[in-house]
Amino acid sequence: MITIENLHKYFENKKVLNGVSLNIEEGTSSVIIGGSGTGKSVLIKCILGLLTPEEGRISIKNNFIFENGKFKKNSKIKIGMLFQGGALFDSLRIWQNVSFYNIQNGKNKKFCFEDAILNLEKVGLSSDVVNLYPSELSGGMQKRVALARAISIKPDIIFFDEPTTGLDPISADVINKLIIEKVRDIGATSLTITHDMSSARTISDKIHMLHNGKIIWEGNKDTIESTDNPFVVQFINGLSEGPIN
Amino acid sequence: MISITRNIGKVVILFLNNTGNFFIFFTKILQSFFKPWYFKNIINQMIFIGYFSLPVVSLTSFFTGGALALQIYYGGNQFNSEAIVSSIVALGITRELGPVLGGIVVAGRVSSAIAAELGTMKVTEQIDALKTLSADPISYLIVPRIISGIIMLPILIIFADIIGIMGGWFIGIQSLGFNGSVYIQNTIDFLEVNDISSGLIKASFFGFIITIMGCYQGFNSSGGAQGVGKATTNAVVSASVLILASNYIMTNLFFAS
Repeated sequence: MITIENLHKYFENKKVLNGVSLNIEEGTSSVIIGGSGTGKSVLIKCILGLLTPEEGRISIKNNFIFENGKFKKNSKIKIGMLFQGGALFDSLRIWQNVSFYNIQNGKNKKFCFEDAILNLEKVGLSSDVVNLYPSELSGGMQKRVALARAISIKPDIIFFDEPTTGLDPISADVINKLIIEKVRDIGATSLTITHDMSSARTISDKIHMLHNGKIIWEGNKDTIESTDNPFVVQFINGLSEGPIN
Repeated sequence: MISITRNIGKVVILFLNNTGNFFIFFTKILQSFFKPWYFKNIINQMIFIGYFSLPVVSLTSFFTGGALALQIYYGGNQFNSEAIVSSIVALGITRELGPVLGGIVVAGRVSSAIAAELGTMKVTEQIDALKTLSADPISYLIVPRIISGIIMLPILIIFADIIGIMGGWFIGIQSLGFNGSVYIQNTIDFLEVNDISSGLIKASFFGFIITIMGCYQGFNSSGGAQGVGKATTNAVVSASVLILASNYIMTNLFFAS
């Protein structure tokens, strides 16, 4: 579904991605783990076309979307994204946020409003919130609204950037379960980046570990506990001593 | 010596880098003018830039007109120039003070607000979210603001001109003992279409400067709250300086001959 080959990304003189290669199969839920500043968010932004890599190739459904330093438009594939902080539009009401894509595509107001209510119900929010602004909601509710917005476009692929960051353990578990359910319901392929191992174990079919701009380990979630890779062992056990400084 | 050369080099590179980035940004905006327009956003921005700036622009031009009338009267009194107060107030307001002071006041209000809003959207990934939802941020956020600035500034300055002249009239009849209807008649007789239209053309260009500086600084801000604060300050300072510099150039173009 998504194939990344030898991806490089620099910021001034700092090399953030140093030849990342990754293959994500259709219909699976993959999670990329890694410490802060290892390039997880940069990788996802490169796939989304929000950042331009210096080298490498990215293909989705066997069509190259990035090759020879340039992005190509592929309007057939819909991609949803749940941003770390939600990234809800402050100036718009909740229903306008959720139905933003439909509004931009000229759907009528009544349809957009009703569709927003349906999508909010799917993430466990009542219709009471539709006319509120994002600043009037709690962090957990904002994440749910952002999830409703991401699934409202019925995406083929959905990305989650640190979906549980900043949430209490119960809200985090609710979001994890919603992610599993909704991704299954819409039949999308998902890619999540997180450093929350509890979230990674709950959401994933397959886990990849990013360190120093490269994928240094990948495998099914069942095998991560038994790996002897010292980087993975240190990371998943949260040890201060080990090869990761 | 080496450190001085290095610092000068850094400043030159930074300047060239910013100039280059600005022209890339400007080119993208020009391209987006040929994409579909978001009319609802344009109306909202017109209300924000025009309607909500009206009180502050009106107050500024009223007091400026009054102060100008006093200055001309006290300065001109020595040479028996009382009679020319109304005409110089009208000329000064329509040609220079209306558009320039109005532009600077709107720069302080609007350019900073645009930079703060877009800067916050940038650092909270809302601009990235727009892209993932297939909306072009330049068409959605920037083009409506620039169109509104270009349209609304001249409209604001028409009000500023009228209120500025009325400020002079008010002080003239209240403090200086002028005849109100003679004052108005002198103003109408002296003013030419060119005086008003040159001010409105300037205002339109100032509207462009105010909005593009706010958008550019906000759109390119980084580094959280501190970055947004810096973008806001830079937007106001750069818009104000460009207004004053471009006013000099346009005055030369319109009136030098």
